Amino acid sequence: MSEPLLSVSGLKTNFDTRHGLLRAVDDVSFSLDRGEILGLVGESGSGKSVTGFSLLGLIEAPGRIAGGSIRFDGQELVGASIDILRSIRGRRIAMIFQDPAMTLNPVLTIRQQMKLAYDAHQSRNTGDFTARALEVLSKVGIPDPAARIDAYPHQFSGGMRQRVAIAIALMHRPDIIIADEPTTALDVSIQAQILAEMRGLAQETGTALIWISHDLATIAALANRIAVMYAGRIVEQGTTAALIRAPRHPYTQGLLNSRPDRFPPKAKLPQIRGAMPSLSNLPQGCAFAPRCQFASDLCRSAIPPWSGTLHDGFACYHPLERTP
Amino acid sequence: MTDEFVRIDKVTRRFTQPTPWTEHVMARFGVEPPARTVHAVTNVSLGIKRGEALGLVGESGCGKSTLGRILCGIIPPSEGHVSIGGEAVTQGAAKATRRVQMVFQNPFASLNPRMPIGAAIGEGPLAHGLVSRAELVPYIRSWLERVGLPADVAERYPHQFSGGQRQRVAIARALAMQPDVLVCDEPVASLDVSIQAQILNLFLTLREELDLTLLFISHDLGVVRHICDRVAVMYLGRIVEEAETASLYDNPAHPYTRALLDSIPRLEADGIEAQFKAIAGELPSPLRPPPGCAFHERCPLAFDLCHSEVPLLKTIDRSDQHRAACHALC
Repeated sequence: MSEPLLSVSGLKTNFDTRHGLLRAVDDVSFSLDRGEILGLVGESGSGKSVTGFSLLGLIEAPGRIAGGSIRFDGQELVGASIDILRSIRGRRIAMIFQDPAMTLNPVLTIRQQMKLAYDAHQSRNTGDFTARALEVLSKVGIPDPAARIDAYPHQFSGGMRQRVAIAIALMHRPDIIIADEPTTALDVSIQAQILAEMRGLAQETGTALIWISHDLATIAALANRIAVMYAGRIVEQGTTAALIRAPRHPYTQGLLNSRPDRFPPKAKLPQIRGAMPSLSNLPQGCAFAPRCQFASDLCRSAIPPWSGTLHDGFACYHPLERTP
Repeated sequence: MTDEFVRIDKVTRRFTQPTPWTEHVMARFGVEPPARTVHAVTNVSLGIKRGEALGLVGESGCGKSTLGRILCGIIPPSEGHVSIGGEAVTQGAAKATRRVQMVFQNPFASLNPRMPIGAAIGEGPLAHGLVSRAELVPYIRSWLERVGLPADVAERYPHQFSGGQRQRVAIARALAMQPDVLVCDEPVASLDVSIQAQILNLFLTLREELDLTLLFISHDLGVVRHICDRVAVMYLGRIVEEAETASLYDNPAHPYTRALLDSIPRLEADGIEAQFKAIAGELPSPLRPPPGCAFHERCPLAFDLCHSEVPLLKTIDRSDQHRAACHALC
């Protein structure tokens, strides 16, 4: 098998705060092939966004990447010079954020912002800017792009703004798009539109996607593979179908069972007790142990090692049985 | 119906900005001024029986929160009446505000950061004479326990609690007023998934124990299906469909309800990822609601009549009081 497009191994990102050292991302490993969609799911504080930022080297003091390796298309990104990172950011790996109202500059027209993004890289693209800008705008479903390109962000709705942000990300035909909760701020009907379009775009352009979300249902609808994060670590990883049908880690199972869709109306949900521990005050051993019904003394003393392959496995001493 | 405990009767709410003088001048020169009136809620009639949970679903800007606030007496309706147990809810009337309480979406904003949570819970009941000063401490403790918090945390401040615990405090504060009706506006939307499940379970328990009458506002159709007996769907200020929960989810009649249900990816019980279909287009602006049916621009069934005439809510199945407002149905 050829080398994957992106391979992350043992990634550690720490934040040195006055509450001590926070291990926001701790020993995270995964890989991504061309055209693949990886869903990164977790609750707030699980480290899923910091993982996304780390890939682009967008960690600012007091945070730093403390270890591990990020190999992208044969190149090591951990410790790479700012020039190398700059040549990759936005051109080969692009990012979309949760709130399009914050990513777009309110005092520039869409054309001006797209031009800035276009000129930031000595473009690999041939052809002129306007043609490319109109092409990506129509690709993300903005009606009549020639008329809309000179409008300001406030003249667009939330869904349309997020489409503009996606269009800017697509401009340089990136190999990877990292999308950090891109539909969370949008209404359900608009969310469905964006999901459908992203799925189509990934197929059509061969762009790989890392889709970061707290919503397992939207991730399951989109991703080929899912990685579940808890308190800075990946606790389970697998193909979407396998992970949803037969989760092995009790936390994955708990997340699945927290959604009422799977139960008859008014039935009590098998809730996960307690809340995610603070990163500054992680328990010894498995971070999920205090909330886990299967936890033993072993779980409370040592962090469970990863079992399985890089693409398919879990970190738990008492995994759920795999149902045939 | 006679057994309705909460009666929302032909309620309309408009928000109008004052017209600046420049626009009067512009009008003189024949320039049409921009629309300054938001039609938040238009001619909504709903009833809730005692002990019933009514879900109100819709996308942002459809007027569901405004309707919840009108029921609470926080804002008055422009037209129409709201009554609870035959008594009118008017803004600021002390009695009415006790009878209906509200739980808000964001427990980080709805609790006073400088007030210990026990004081926040006890303030209302004390002011309304529901409890004497001597009994206040045990009263607060009993409500804390009821919502699943330890009784000895009354002296702590909101920042010492997590989001889920804060929402429990907000629920205790609302329930300590012994309201007849509880209005919950997106009470789990800002919480993490695992915490959402805990709060939903709390609502299920409290409903059983206290026989609560509930207006449950949410954009999350899965959550509403789980909690509510009946569901009303709002679109651009109007109710477009209303039915018992099972009937609405199994046999949605209005094209908007159908599209909304189709548009959510769901995790089914057998674990296979469900397909979803997107609705075309976007919610029109409530500043300039389109003529006729507000949904006609996005509707696959729309015909001439839909462009000109607003459809009325009509009963389509008498057995479960399933009502829908759509020309294509009747």
